[in-house]
This record gives sequence, structure tokens and C-alpha cells, in this order.
Amino acid sequence: MACRTTETTAIDADVAQAVYVAPGEYDEFYGFMSGGYSGQLSVYGIPSGRLLRVIPVFSQDPEKAYGYSEETKPMLMTTHGFIPWDDAHHPELSMTDGVPDGRWIFINGNNTPRVARIDLDSFITDEIVEIPNSSGNHASPFVTPNNEYVVAATRFAVPVPNVDVALSELSEALSGTLTFIRADVADEMEIAFQIIVPGFNYDLAHSGKGVSDGWAFFTSYNTEKATTLLEVNASRNDKDFIAAVNWRLAEECVAGGAGRDVPGAYYHNYMDDRHVAVSEVKEGTRMITPEDCPGMVFFLPTPKSPHGVDVDPTGEYIVGGGKLATVIPVHSFTKMIAAIENEAFETIIDGIPVLDYEAVLYGEVENPGLGPLHTEFDGRGNAYTTAFISSEIVKWDIESTTVLDRIPVYYSVGHLMIPGGDSRQPYGKYLIALNKITKDRYLPTGPELAHAAQLIDISGEKMRLLLDFPTIGEPHYAQAIPAEMLIDDQVRIYEIGENTNPHAAKSEAEARIERDGNEVHVYMTMIRSHFAPDNIEGIKVGDDVYFHLTNLEQDWDVPHGFAAMGMQNAELLVMPGETRTIRWTPQREGIIPFYCTDFCSALHQEMQGYIRVSPAGSDVPLAYGTAGELTTVP
Amino acid sequence: MKSSFLPVLALLFALGLAACGGSDAPDSAASPTPASPAVELPVSSVDVGPIDAALATEGQGIYETRCTTCHKMDSRYIGPPLGDVAARREPEWIMNMILAPEKMLQSDADAQALLAEYSVPMTNQNLSEDEARAILEYLRQVHEGA
Repeated sequence: MACRTTETTAIDADVAQAVYVAPGEYDEFYGFMSGGYSGQLSVYGIPSGRLLRVIPVFSQDPEKAYGYSEETKPMLMTTHGFIPWDDAHHPELSMTDGVPDGRWIFINGNNTPRVARIDLDSFITDEIVEIPNSSGNHASPFVTPNNEYVVAATRFAVPVPNVDVALSELSEALSGTLTFIRADVADEMEIAFQIIVPGFNYDLAHSGKGVSDGWAFFTSYNTEKATTLLEVNASRNDKDFIAAVNWRLAEECVAGGAGRDVPGAYYHNYMDDRHVAVSEVKEGTRMITPEDCPGMVFFLPTPKSPHGVDVDPTGEYIVGGGKLATVIPVHSFTKMIAAIENEAFETIIDGIPVLDYEAVLYGEVENPGLGPLHTEFDGRGNAYTTAFISSEIVKWDIESTTVLDRIPVYYSVGHLMIPGGDSRQPYGKYLIALNKITKDRYLPTGPELAHAAQLIDISGEKMRLLLDFPTIGEPHYAQAIPAEMLIDDQVRIYEIGENTNPHAAKSEAEARIERDGNEVHVYMTMIRSHFAPDNIEGIKVGDDVYFHLTNLEQDWDVPHGFAAMGMQNAELLVMPGETRTIRWTPQREGIIPFYCTDFCSALHQEMQGYIRVSPAGSDVPLAYGTAGELTTVP
Repeated sequence: MKSSFLPVLALLFALGLAACGGSDAPDSAASPTPASPAVELPVSSVDVGPIDAALATEGQGIYETRCTTCHKMDSRYIGPPLGDVAARREPEWIMNMILAPEKMLQSDADAQALLAEYSVPMTNQNLSEDEARAILEYLRQVHEGA
């Protein structure tokens, strides 16, 4: 890839028009892209490729004080302690009848296994649940057609329970788990049940829909159970498996008392109706084995080290992304059910029947490019698969399994996304390629370049490249939803009268300071363009100061910010009508200025104040004021 | 789809920030910009009679939590003093300024002149028409008692 590639891309004259969104106009779709190792979720307008917002999810964000303010810190609590980062891969829109409903978007945390739920009326992370007895949470959080469950699985097998094991005995000590998390009620996500499976690497998942509703499919690789140099050792077998899980049957078995309760704590964090994050620790999960519930899990042999598993809009076709295979295997749900009924088993592994490959296979797509990974659908009978090694997207006809078109992408494409492309009713029109390598596509920015997303028009017979745009972190996977489904439900302000934060000061009359030992609570208000109080004295070195800021504005898009010199955490950004708290421990005596960080009016530069910090043990009384006499705290 | 946002600042420059005693759109000689579409204000007429003491008391409560952040009765603060505002302004103007300050800035020369003088825009406190009416009654009572 030593040469520039723009010459090889035929760009039609009307392409610019196809992606141009005039000033003041809105994009047609909201696109949600995972931030990968940034731990966040970014929102782009489609087709313009304009960044609209970065939603903090698993990583602290000093810009918005997420994970720094007292009200949001509990969101990042886990059984490993406070975790300020994760690796977020797969956004997944909530569904009703297998179609995105615009309520929520879920996203997984890979490294410290978690699933988050983001509210789409506020674009704020509202809930995070930890996954116990799991590791490398990559096959997540794919959702069932009515949000009954989002799933999680072990990409890295671990001992269950996770105990000290000698590396020489590791391979036999490892188990996999497939986890089903209840996800149909806001703020009530919990582990419904976990299925013990062999210690392979479970990589990706998708739920059945339509004819296959009630099933979920998980790819696996490393059926060799290698624990070292997987690059070689996990690529020996010609076929690995797609695990097909009958989750409705699993529900019935669990309801009937199958399985056992396994101890183990996990965190459930959510924003309560006061806009304050609450952490609760839940104890124990229901663990079920294949033997506990015959007919619950089957293995579909799939070449070779499959990565993605994608189910077409009808639910009949289950497409494996045979990462190291020369074909794209397409399984038939109908044939799978028949194979189960006929007991067409090749073998049984740990109580899981392995179905006969030919008995479940619908067909193989020949010449699909090198390194096929992921497939999405346009709702018109076509499938689109990414080929990582040959850097292309291949369009093929599902029924005939023949390739219809191919287009190069720049470079090394992983996931792709069609709006609604993994649902029962794809919107089609656009496809976004999410590329891993950028090289020469943008102005160089030193050794690292932003990952490139590429917008492709799929409305015609031939795919057409429309736009490249840079993204944040690693946009691993994405989802998109028509903008009009969300616009009218957007929160613009929080009603000050409905503010139930225990530390709110809902008018300047309520602004005050209180001392409790060495803890000082400052109840401060903000409005264009002053703080109340804006003069404070009686704070001492060694005090633990909590600034509780209430934004009294009731006007859209007028947040105020707060920062004091030497603050060790972040600024505080407070939405209209909301209260947010930041902790500050002054380190030395002196005069500390504080100010509003978010440009709010023509007199924004005047929005400032002073705090007098006296030495530890001094007897300066606590006093505060705005534009007049100081009020001394008795 | 189109957003309905109007570029207020550009409009202010187009209209000129000086008060000209009326809210008519400028003529084309003064400005090459086409006149803005008519701005629809929430209140077109208010019936005021003798002071309704109960309503004024209700208004006082709202005033003290929502308005004193920026206004005093007898002296300039963040915004102008309001002790005599009931004498200086029409009741409709007062209610529209409370309910839709951004629309007043688009269409009302007096509101534009106030922004030029005080630099901070009147903030929209998202009050209901009934709440604004109660505040108006309180302001009328304060003026009559003065």
C-alpha cells in the first residue's frame, strides 16, 4: 500500500450533492459508532459524516465530568473497583418486533465485562450492568427482538468460579459462559441466566428473528482450546462452531428449576429519577448446563475460525463470517430444525450435539474475498460482507449465494453497517464501512491517524463510494436510525421544579454553605452570568469541599461550567435545571479563583468568583456572599 | 427537515441595535436583508382590572424564586429594576418578555435596546402563561403600592 489510491476511485460528479447537508438542515440518520478503546459512543449525522456528539459510557470524560462528578462516579463501579475505562465494541439499538424502536442503545464493555444502556431522549448513559463469570465480553450486547435479553459471552474462557490455576493445567480448567441479561425494563437490567459451554473463544452473536425468533447464535473459534500462541494453535481445525441457543427453552428450564445458583457478586449501576447514579451489588446468578436442559444448545460446524454471525431479515439464513475460510457459509434455520429432529449429529461435546455440516448448510458463497468477517442486509434480498484481508465489500444474492458486486475500501474493513441492517426491516440506502487502517487517506497526523469510516450508496445495482470521514477511537461497529424517530423526543431542559437532587439550590435564596467537621458543602447557583455565592471564605487547607452547582437556566443549550484553580478531577458541566457535584480538596492557603467554563453570554468572562483558603486550624469563620455583605455561617 | 432556528445575532445587526421607538420591520433602504417573517408572540392581549391580591401573592412567590436572580425592585442589577415596570411597559409586553424573550429580541425594538444596554439577554425561565400572569399582577401591585 505504498501508493495513493484516490486515482483508483471513480467519483461521480453528483456524489458531493449526495452527502451535502446544507447549513441549518438536518441529517437523514443518526449514526452511532462505538469508540472501541476510547470506551465511548460517538454520534454522527448520516450522510454528512458530521460528528454530533460523543457520549461517555465506560470511560471518564473530563469535558462532561462523567465519571468525575459525585452524581456519575457510581456508574463506573465494578467488583474490580472503580474502573475509568473500557473497550466498547458493539452499539445495539433496542428493538420492538425486531425493528429499532428508538428508545435505547446498548453497548458492551469488553475488558471488564459490562453492558451499558444509553437513553436516546437525552443521549446519556443511564445504566451499566456487570457480567460475572465472564471475560473478554465481545459477543455482546446483541438484543432479542423485543429486548427480552441482551447477550454476553466469554471470548476468553476462564475458570468458573475464577480461581488460582497452574498454567500447566489451564486448558482443562477453562469454561465458557453464554449470558442472557434481562433488558426490557429501564434501570432493571439483571443476569437472567448463564449457560456453561466448552472453553472455546465465543466471538460474536446475533439473535434469531421471524422464523428463528427464540434462538440466539454465537460464533466460536479456538475449539482447539489453545492457551498460548493462538495465532498458530487456534487455527488448526478446519471447522469451528456456531452455537445455536434456544433461549425460550432455556427460560422454561430455568423457570422449572433447572440449573443451580452460583455465588458471585456483580454491580448494577443506574441513574435514578433524581439524576443521581446508584450502585447496587447483586449476588449470585442462575447457571445452567446443556445437560440440565436437553435441546437448549446445538453446535453448527462452520469454517474456519468464524468471526461474525449474522441473521437475515427473515430469520431463515444464518451467515457465518469464516475469517480464515475461502467461502461464506450460509446455514438454514429450517434445515437446522430438521437436523435436530432427525438427530443428524456428527458427535456430542460436553452435552452439546454437533449437527452435521451438510444437513444444516444452505449454501456457500464462492469467491467472497479474503478474510470475510461481517454481513448485513438491505431488505431487498441482498447481503453485504466485509473482506478484511482483500479490503473490499462484497454484495451477494442470498437466495442464489452468488456474488453480484464488489467495491474496494480503504483499508482493512472490519464491521459494516446498513441502517437497520441487522433488523427485520433494513432501511437500506446507505452502507458504512468501518475500517481499521487509514494510512494515506487523510492528511498525515504523525504515527497515528483517525480510523476511517466510508459511506457507500447501496440504493442501486452497483455500490458507490460517497464519502470518507474520520472517527474517534476505533469505530468497531455501528448502528443507525432515521432521525425523525428521535428528534421530537429530545430533552431540551430539565424542569427546575422537578429537580429532586438532594443537594439542589433551586433559587439564589437557597444558595448557602454548610460545614460538617472538615466537610464543607457549597450550594451554589448559576445563571447568565454569575454564581451565587461568588465570594467564599472560611475554607481551610485539609477541608473536603463539595461544590453542588445548580444551573437555574430554563433555556435550551445553555449549560454552565465550573472550575476552580487546582481542581484535581475535572470541570463540572451542568445542564439547565440540573444539579451536579464536584469534590475539591484545597492543598494550600491562598486565593482561589473559580469561573464558568462554558461560554454562556456576552458577560461570560465576568462569570467568576473567589474562594479564600486559610491555613489548617485557622479560625476564619465560614462566610459567603454575592454583590453585598457576606453572610457568616454560625 | 428544516430547523426553525433563526440567527438572532445576524438579525440584530440587520435591524440595528438602537431603539427606534417601534417594532416595525426596518425598511429596505435601511437594510438589504429581507424582513423576517412575522414573529408570533404568545400573548396578544391581557385583561387587567383592579389588583387581584391572591393572584399577586402567588406571583410574588414565583418572582422571588425565578426573578430575583437578576432583578431588584429599586435598582439596576443584572437586568433593569422592576419596581415601576408596570408603569413603563404594557402588560402584554411584560408577559411576552417573561414567556418568550428570544422572540421579543427578534421583533421588539425595546427588547433589543435593553440587550444593548445590559449585554445579558433576559433568560427564558420556561414559565407557563398563568405563572407569567401572576408575576404581572405582583409587579402591578408593587407599582401601585409605591
